[in-house]
Amino acid sequence: MLGSRFARQLVRVAALRDSRCRSLVVRTALTGHIIPDGRFYSSKIQPRLTSEAYPYVKRDPSFKKLTNEDVSFFKSVLSESEVLEASEAEDLAFYNEDWMRKYKGQSRIVLKPKSVEKISKIVKYCNEHRLALVPQGGNTGLVGGSVPVFDEIILSVSNLNQIRSFDAVSGILKCDAGVILENADNFLAEHGYIFPLDLGAKGSCHVGGVVATNAGGLRLLRYGSLHGSVLGLEAVLPNGEILNSMDALRKDNTGYDLKQLFIGSEGTIGIITGVSIMTPTRPKAFNVSFLAVDSYESVQKVFVKAKKDLSEILSAFEFMDCHSQALTKKHLPDAPYPFEDDYPFYVLIETSGANKEHDDAKLESFLESAMEEELVVDGVVAQDETELKNLWQWREMIPESSQAEGGVYKYDVSLPLQDLYSLVEAANVKLEEAGLVGDAPKPVIKAVGYGHVGDGNLHLNVAVREYSKEVEKALEPFVYEFVSSKHGSISAEHGLGFQKKNYVGYSKNKEEIKLMKDLKQHYDPNGILNPYKYI
Amino acid sequence: MASKQLRILVPVKRVIDYQIKPRVNKTGTAVETTGVKFSINPFDDIAVEEAVRIKEKNKSLVESIHAVSIGPAKAQDILRNCLAKGADTSTLIDSKDVVLEPLAVAKVLKQVVEKQNSNLVIMGKQAIDDDCNNTGQMLAGLLNWPQATNAAKVEFTDNGKVNVTREVDGGEEVVSASLPLVITTDLRLNVPRYVGLQNLMKAKKKPMEKLALKDFSNVDLEPRLKVLSVEEPQPRAPGVKVNSVDELVDKLKEAKVI
Ligand SMILES: Cc1cc2nc3c(=O)[nH]c(=O)nc-3n(C[C@H](O)[C@H](O)[C@H](O)COP(=O)(O)OP(=O)(O)OC[C@H]3O[C@@H](n4cnc5c(N)ncnc54)[C@H](O)[C@@H]3O)c2cc1C
Repeated sequence: MLGSRFARQLVRVAALRDSRCRSLVVRTALTGHIIPDGRFYSSKIQPRLTSEAYPYVKRDPSFKKLTNEDVSFFKSVLSESEVLEASEAEDLAFYNEDWMRKYKGQSRIVLKPKSVEKISKIVKYCNEHRLALVPQGGNTGLVGGSVPVFDEIILSVSNLNQIRSFDAVSGILKCDAGVILENADNFLAEHGYIFPLDLGAKGSCHVGGVVATNAGGLRLLRYGSLHGSVLGLEAVLPNGEILNSMDALRKDNTGYDLKQLFIGSEGTIGIITGVSIMTPTRPKAFNVSFLAVDSYESVQKVFVKAKKDLSEILSAFEFMDCHSQALTKKHLPDAPYPFEDDYPFYVLIETSGANKEHDDAKLESFLESAMEEELVVDGVVAQDETELKNLWQWREMIPESSQAEGGVYKYDVSLPLQDLYSLVEAANVKLEEAGLVGDAPKPVIKAVGYGHVGDGNLHLNVAVREYSKEVEKALEPFVYEFVSSKHGSISAEHGLGFQKKNYVGYSKNKEEIKLMKDLKQHYDPNGILNPYKYI
Repeated sequence: MASKQLRILVPVKRVIDYQIKPRVNKTGTAVETTGVKFSINPFDDIAVEEAVRIKEKNKSLVESIHAVSIGPAKAQDILRNCLAKGADTSTLIDSKDVVLEPLAVAKVLKQVVEKQNSNLVIMGKQAIDDDCNNTGQMLAGLLNWPQATNAAKVEFTDNGKVNVTREVDGGEEVVSASLPLVITTDLRLNVPRYVGLQNLMKAKKKPMEKLALKDFSNVDLEPRLKVLSVEEPQPRAPGVKVNSVDELVDKLKEAKVI
């Protein structure tokens, strides 16, 4: 929690010191327990070993256990600084535990190669020796996909972190997979461009990681999904071959579009080492407005109106329920909250465009008529960049706030817009009926809902004091059944990972699942890449 | 002074937003301003907030809050926000492209103070564009009023005095003065509120007087300084990562900092 509540003061102090400060200061101040290397945990509670918490998952005996010979081989390929071994002083928790502190593996070794060729050699060796591997990016994934389940070797791409090239005419960026998203975006900002994806974990997650998970994020509404913007990839296949399709062409219809398969493959069929991506020009003017509305019905009406009135300048439309804001307020007690009263729902609207006056006028007339039509009951508008960032934090800090008291069960689903919020209500009823919600020692604090309304994507977060089987049983498969009954998706943007492996059937039919399994088998016949997960 | 009530004047300046990294223009004569986001000077935002809080705390104490900005026509955006936050009236003094030095600003403000019959000026201790930190002091000098600079806390006593807490090296200093008075604000004085939509709409109906610099023709606005060149500061050398405390200590010794 270092600094987050002082973010605003911090900015001002920085403003005093050298008149200017970079957004980086604010961002890092907003992202929680900062630990060396820039990553942060959002909960202080020590996670249980995944193998203990999920005893029905058994280690696959066909995988070899790491031997001294294996380690010697790795050391013959890699320099000292590219190999981290577990020891008494170093349990590699940083790599074994996930961001939610819900899952914990027992890997004894982390490999951090500095070149694609080295990755290729290592993967080839592991394939030949049946050594299981977990590809790891910034380790901010939310479905337990980025950490080992048992003793899998962790292959981190964090040392592949160079921008390869940027074409300022086309806006095509080519970079290593391990470039941190925020660094890529800052680099692009220097050239007047923007990364077409933004999310709360931007200070830690990798470009390769977001491609591997096909993350959606806060600007999907405006810039579309990575399936559209990624133009090429470089990946190391499970047999060690390097697949290079980095030649970035906007249009290329020569055969199967192979790169698409890697987008969202969560490290199961290859290790992404390089990314070519089409980046849009950076809007010159941003506006953020934070609105209070009195029902979920009104959230939808405001959305329709925003699309109509703001059209091309609308770049984000996020909604939050009052419960999520209550948790965030508790977590950020000193940050100035935009409203004096509480309302059932809130909406954050971002506009971005090329002409500030034009955008201001559009936003103003939209807000004015939304107030007149009584769609919106209260609202604020950011008057400067700091307020803009601070308003965003009431959305971006929800994930961290939901688990600040111990842990969180996260469900990231797509649902038809009119049914979106009903899942949160149903989950609360279900948990209440099971007698699990209330003050301590009840395990559940509250089920809260928020998300990318613009994309029909809800995040249901069940804030808990501790992870418990009882809560998990109340929620699963209940949530998946609910989503399935509405013909939604059980994984909108976070992926499957370890958490949802057994629930794919709620969103995909038999034929689809079979084809996926065939693909996995084809690319990775020995199953060494990210086992026990995905499909 | 006829009434004991406060007639507060809050001067506000439109500056390059403090999240934006300023760049020197191609000719090296000034900071590039085209296509750059401008906002209210953060210290002035604190001044507006303080004025509004004084009024909210004790309605009968405050007769009026007047915001004034000397700047381009677009400065009306920040004035409108001031009105939305709680200023009653405002004045825009259109200076076109003319950049005024602090003394000229103070002279213009003196006339505004006289015209508004203000008895309390609350203003930022400095603007983050030139970081001069002069205007408040000069205005107090020209008016021959007491000044309480870098305020971290402002309190009104029953006997009509104003106690101002200032943060100084090693602690706090409390100064006391009677009205009329110039107060300049420091960061810790308060945390400004957001601009509410309803208030923003109501603010459209609040008065905004529009003047131009020529309305102050009796003031000498001539700059006394000549800008020879504007340069970017030396870029900072990139940091290095160390693997152990020993290495850190070695590096620090190398750099002769320990
Ligand atoms: C605060 C917060 C907010 C978030 N907000 C959003 C959001 O708005 N939208 C959204 O979609 N997601 C969001 N996420 C989750 C999102 O999935 C991750 O942040 C991000 O996509 C993962 O990137 P990473 O580099 O950390 O990957 P990791 O967590 O390290 O890995 C994620 C998965 O990808 C695989 N992987 C990683 N790198 C590679 C590689 N180079 N090659 C092959 N496989 C690889 C891993 O094996 C794992 O299965 C959020 C997460 C946090 C913590």
